[in-house]
Amino acid sequence: MKLKNAWPKYYKKGVVTHYCPGCGHGIVHRIVAEVLEELDLGKRAIGVNPAGCAVLAYLYFDFDVIESAHGRGTAIATGIKRSRPDLFVFTYQGDGDLSAIGTAETIHSANRGENICVIFINNAVYGMTGGQLAPTTLIDMKTTTTPLGRDPKYDGYPLHITDVVAQFPGVVYAERVAVDGPAGIRKTKKAITNAFKTQVEGLGYSIIEVLSPCPTNWKLSPVDSFKWVTEVMMKEFPTGVLTDKRPGKE
Amino acid sequence: MTKTAVKHRVIIDTEMCKGCTLCIAYCPKKVLKESEHLNKAGYHYAEPENLDQCTGCLICTLVCPEVVIEVYDE
Repeated sequence: MKLKNAWPKYYKKGVVTHYCPGCGHGIVHRIVAEVLEELDLGKRAIGVNPAGCAVLAYLYFDFDVIESAHGRGTAIATGIKRSRPDLFVFTYQGDGDLSAIGTAETIHSANRGENICVIFINNAVYGMTGGQLAPTTLIDMKTTTTPLGRDPKYDGYPLHITDVVAQFPGVVYAERVAVDGPAGIRKTKKAITNAFKTQVEGLGYSIIEVLSPCPTNWKLSPVDSFKWVTEVMMKEFPTGVLTDKRPGKE
Repeated sequence: MTKTAVKHRVIIDTEMCKGCTLCIAYCPKKVLKESEHLNKAGYHYAEPENLDQCTGCLICTLVCPEVVIEVYDE
């Protein structure tokens, strides 16, 4: 018997993740480990973790990972990359971390065009704290702090932070993808590969927004939450390449 | 109906499976099913049912958030 799918080299084996069943984090973690192996970056990679559900990702990745203060992932990544330009640095942040408390760091690191990668997991709620309103929560979506649905007059509109930073001249590659089935997962892997290559080639800032299911806080089954990403979330956050300033791709 | 030979084997780490049923829902040939039994964590884990239908497309391994599925060529 021959094994068809080898275990990702930079993903720890035999560790049960703390994520809920059907969470998109596990899939994106595996993709990150696979891409680092394919591009042969694992030996010089440093990941920067957020506060949020992915706070314990250092238990699952088998390369160096640093834990950041809430929202300050891109600031820490800037420091690492500027002091050790030979290393490969990426941040892995959720929507509460990147687009709520860390908006300033995200916008200014993108505006400076730092040569780092940002993986932005958008699940439209605060997952770890129990499903409160996030800046990315959809209009009329029920959360524990908006039990009647998000009212734009009171709570504002969903924040499209990736569209905001994609306008900056320093942002070389920005794409929005969705973990909503096998095709979406393949596209996510391709997008993360492009982003990682952008940094390896020294071109500048890249951000990948991943629309990711949160079955527990959406109160749906894992399979229904995948469908919800396609049917509801992708209407508010359309997937696709937002900017691509790599040479030869414009 | 003659039974075709099993060309691929799907091996699931049942103790690490969290029973999210994504592999069952996305398998194009409906090879997997939800177990009647529970694992130690209390989840109905996924298990292969009609392996002779498996084409080795690896979609189950693609959607599995826990990396518990291994597919072998016979």
